[in-house]
Amino acid sequence: MKSSLPLTPSQTVGSFFTIGLSATENEGRLASPVSSQISGEGEVISVVGRVFDGNQELVPDALIEIWQADAMGSLSNQNFFGFARSHTGDNAEGKFAFRTVKPGPRSDTEAPCISVVVTMRGLLTQLYTRLYFSDESAANDKDQLLSRVPEARRDSLIAKCTEDDGERIYIFDICMQGDEETVFFHL
Amino acid sequence: MAIIDWTQHPPLIYTDYKSSLSRGPTQSPVDLTTLYGESSTLSIQEFDGSLVNRFTIGELDHDLIRNAQQGGYPLGKRMVVSGKVLDQAGRPQAGVLIEAWQANASGRYAHKVDQHDAPLDPNFLGVGRCVTDNYGCYRFYTIKPGAYPWKNHPNAWRPQHIHFSLVGESIADRLVTQMYFPGDPLLNYDPIFAAVPESAQDRLISTLDLGITEADYALGYKFDIVLAGAKATPIDAEQGA
Ligand SMILES: [Fe+3]
Repeated sequence: MKSSLPLTPSQTVGSFFTIGLSATENEGRLASPVSSQISGEGEVISVVGRVFDGNQELVPDALIEIWQADAMGSLSNQNFFGFARSHTGDNAEGKFAFRTVKPGPRSDTEAPCISVVVTMRGLLTQLYTRLYFSDESAANDKDQLLSRVPEARRDSLIAKCTEDDGERIYIFDICMQGDEETVFFHL
Repeated sequence: MAIIDWTQHPPLIYTDYKSSLSRGPTQSPVDLTTLYGESSTLSIQEFDGSLVNRFTIGELDHDLIRNAQQGGYPLGKRMVVSGKVLDQAGRPQAGVLIEAWQANASGRYAHKVDQHDAPLDPNFLGVGRCVTDNYGCYRFYTIKPGAYPWKNHPNAWRPQHIHFSLVGESIADRLVTQMYFPGDPLLNYDPIFAAVPESAQDRLISTLDLGITEADYALGYKFDIVLAGAKATPIDAEQGA
């Protein structure tokens, strides 16, 4: 890469990030403009999950962000902004939760997916992973990225589809360590 | 080949930083650009689209001295923190959302979980944000944060710092970091700072700058931030495509 300036190094988000990064803390005083909702045309879905550490214990202070295309698979739709943020301290069950629209595939060789950024106290550098959908198995099978992830670990990238009152909820648990450690990516 | 130079960042597990032991992944991250093989890296969604100029912020959001006042000024040393956000090619990054949070002058966060027995300041929340201008510049007004104890090891104290979060052009530019102060002796004992590769540590320390200082009001500290600029990076040329 032709670069003249070295990157600013990452540091942990720490214990108290919700005062700065949450849209629901501080009783609304100076709440972050980044919410947990993405709105636009298409099928409204929920994405929820928990984060587990190496002792299989719930991580109650993880910050999760998502980035996605619109229902047509476009990232250049001016009327759609596919970025949102949630954290696992938002509710008693230790779940992060998003309301969004299901993204469309970006090309014939890609399955619909959501990019996920994970960070928390204890992580010195943020991590990237991806969420694919369990009810898109045909598209997943021909996805050029997913098919190259070692088969034994591929499941960690696939959110399980459930239904509640006709609305699809995708469960995406993230494991930091252990047999079911989530696949994280270097970009 | 990965576009972000991960060697500039701290490792995922750093023995002296206790909570990384159970939270840092043990398997090496998979290089996503390699998985995509021959196809153009620029079309990968992590490098595509634009997150800049998408957020609306309030008039006083960048001024932590005034944005949470309840009838008085916060206690502590007033500061201006200002700098430029650039990409690795030196191009100014406009429209970048910067969110900042910090402890008050006594070393206490206005956070329900912070149990440090130091006083809260009713006039200070320690939260601010701004968006970089067309020249990539940002400016915060705030109070110098105090050092505070934490539980990592016996008699552990964090050096004075301000937490920064940046949402740049692509999701690959996302950065969460901390800004430190020149000459802080606690930097020598802090595992979070020490985890940064030694050659990169200086980049997290602000510099006292009389040009930024506002006479009779607040001392100025300069802190420039370099993001990956992944979307604009001409990787095709480098790969010989
Ligand atoms: Fe802190």
